[in-house]
Amino acid sequence: MKIITAIIKPFKLDEVREALTEIGVHGMTATEVKGYGRQKGHAEIYRGAEYIVAFLPKVKIEIALPEALVDRAIEAIRLAACTGHIGDGKIFVSPLERAMRIRTGETDSDAL
Amino acid sequence: MHSSFARAAITFVSARIPRVRWDSFGAALAAILVAGPALAQDGGGKIDAADTAFMIAATALVLMMTLPGLALFYSGMVRKKNVLATMAQSLIATALVSLLWIGVAYSLAFSGEGAYIGDASRSLLAGIGLDTVSPFAKTIPEILFMLYQMTFAVITCALVAGSVAERMKFSAFMLFCVLWLFIVYVPSAHWVWGGGFLQKLGLLDFAGGTVVHINAGIAGLVCALVLGNRVGFGRENLSPFDLSLAVVGTGLLWVGWFGFNGGSALAANSRAAFAIVATHLAACAGALVWSGLEWLQRGKPSVLGVISGAVAGLGTITPASGYVLPWHGVVIGMIAGGVCYWFCTVAKFKFRYDDTLDVFGVHGVGGIMGTLLAGVFATRAITASEADPGVAGLLEGDPHQLYVQAIGVLVTIVWCVIGTLATLKIVSMITPLRVTYDDEREGLDIALHGEALHQ
Repeated sequence: MKIITAIIKPFKLDEVREALTEIGVHGMTATEVKGYGRQKGHAEIYRGAEYIVAFLPKVKIEIALPEALVDRAIEAIRLAACTGHIGDGKIFVSPLERAMRIRTGETDSDAL
Repeated sequence: MHSSFARAAITFVSARIPRVRWDSFGAALAAILVAGPALAQDGGGKIDAADTAFMIAATALVLMMTLPGLALFYSGMVRKKNVLATMAQSLIATALVSLLWIGVAYSLAFSGEGAYIGDASRSLLAGIGLDTVSPFAKTIPEILFMLYQMTFAVITCALVAGSVAERMKFSAFMLFCVLWLFIVYVPSAHWVWGGGFLQKLGLLDFAGGTVVHINAGIAGLVCALVLGNRVGFGRENLSPFDLSLAVVGTGLLWVGWFGFNGGSALAANSRAAFAIVATHLAACAGALVWSGLEWLQRGKPSVLGVISGAVAGLGTITPASGYVLPWHGVVIGMIAGGVCYWFCTVAKFKFRYDDTLDVFGVHGVGGIMGTLLAGVFATRAITASEADPGVAGLLEGDPHQLYVQAIGVLVTIVWCVIGTLATLKIVSMITPLRVTYDDEREGLDIALHGEALHQ
C-alpha cells in the first residue's frame, strides 16, 4: 500500500478528482495549505505597510491506494494538475504501513 | 481668575484684528450658538415634533457608528488573534461612558456657566423632566439632547483605542475611559459646545472637529508613544485579518455620519441638510483622492485606501459641515484625502510611531485641518438668517475667524496632551498599560478574554 501526497494549485482540485475517479480511485482528503517552491510570492500593501508574502495558497491531497494503482494515479494527477507554469506543485509517494476502515473494521487492502 | 484669562485671551486676539467689532460679533454668535446665562435651564422652549423625531434618528445613527460601525472598522484591520479584543473596546467604552455621562459627565459639560467647566446641577439627570429643554437645543427634549451628546462622548473614547490596538490591557483601557472622559472630553465639550470660553470666543466647531477628532487623534498618538510600538512593527507581517469587516464598518460610519454632522444642527432643517450634503461629498472626494494617490504611487488602488480616504474626508469636514457650501465639502474632502494619506503612509513609518489604526493620521490631522478650514470656508450663505448676520471665513474676507479657529485647535491639542499624559500616568499607577510580551504574541482574544475565532 502506498500513500500519495500531492500539492496542487487550488483551482485544479476538481480536475484531479475527476481524473482519479476515472482510473478507479474513489477517495481522497484535501486540505488548504500555503506553500512555495520556485514560484515567487506577491506584495501586499496596507496603508503604506508593505509585506512580501512568499507563501501562496495551494491544496494538498492525500490518497491511500494499492501499489498497483500508483503509477497510473501519478500520471493522472500530473496530467490533470499541470498548467505548464511555475507553481504547478509536486507529487510525493510514501509507503503506507497499515490501513483500516472504521465502520467495518476491514484492514489493509480491503480498507482501501 | 478664570474670566480674567478669557478676557486676556480675547484682548490678545482682538488687539491683533482691530477691524473686528467684538461686541456685536460676540452678541451675534451668542444668538446662534449659546442661549446665554439669561435663559433658564428648565423649560423656556417649545418642543418641536419634527426636530425631536429627527434627533432621535440622528442619535441612533451616531450610536450605530460605534456599535457596530467602529467595532467592525477597527477589528477588520487587526490580526485574527486580536479581533474580539478590539471589538470589546468599543463595547466597553459604550457601556462605561454612557453610565458616567448620565452620572455627572453630562452635567459638567452642558450645565452651569463656568468658562472652563460646568456644574453638577444636572447630576443623575436632576431636573430633566418631560418638558425640559436645554438652552443649547431649545426645540428638542433635554433628555434627548443629553443622549445625543452621550453618543459623541462614547465614540470619542472608543476612537482612542485604535492607536494602541493589539497591545493595551483591557482593564487599563477601561480605567483610561473613565478618567479621560472627565479630564479631557468633558472640559473640551464644555469649552466648545457647553457655553465655555472657546464658544464665547466664537470658535466654529459644528460637530466635533476639536472635541471629538482632535481629542481622539492626539490622545491616540500620545498613548501610542507612551505604550510603545507593537512587537514586530516595521519588521513582521501585521496585515489585516479581514478587510471586508472594515468595509462594512466604513459603510456604517459613513451613513451614521449623516446623524453625526446632520444631527449637530439639532433641528430638522436646511442647515442639517446642507451639513449632510457637505459631509457626504467630502467622504466621496476623500476616497477618490486617497485612492488616486495610491494608484499613482503604488500601482494599485487598495480597498483599504478607498475606505481610509472616505473616513479622512468625513472626519475633516465634521467641524465645518454646518457652515459651508456643498462644493466646499468637495474641496475639504480632497485636501483630507491627500494630507491624511501622507500622514498614514509616509509620516508614520518615517518617524516610526505605531499609531496602529491611524487615529492620529485620520482623525487628529483631519480634525486639525477641518477646524482651520472652517475658518476659511465659512459662509454667510449658510450661517446667516433673519435673526443674525452669521459668520464668515477667510474666503469671504474675514481673516479673524481663522485666528479663532487656530486658537481653538491649539488649546484643544495642548489640553489633550496634558490630560492624556496625566490619565495614563494615573492608570499606570493602578495597572500596567500594556500587555506582556507573551500575551501580545498569543493574542489578546485568548490572553484578555479567553475567547477565540475558530475560522
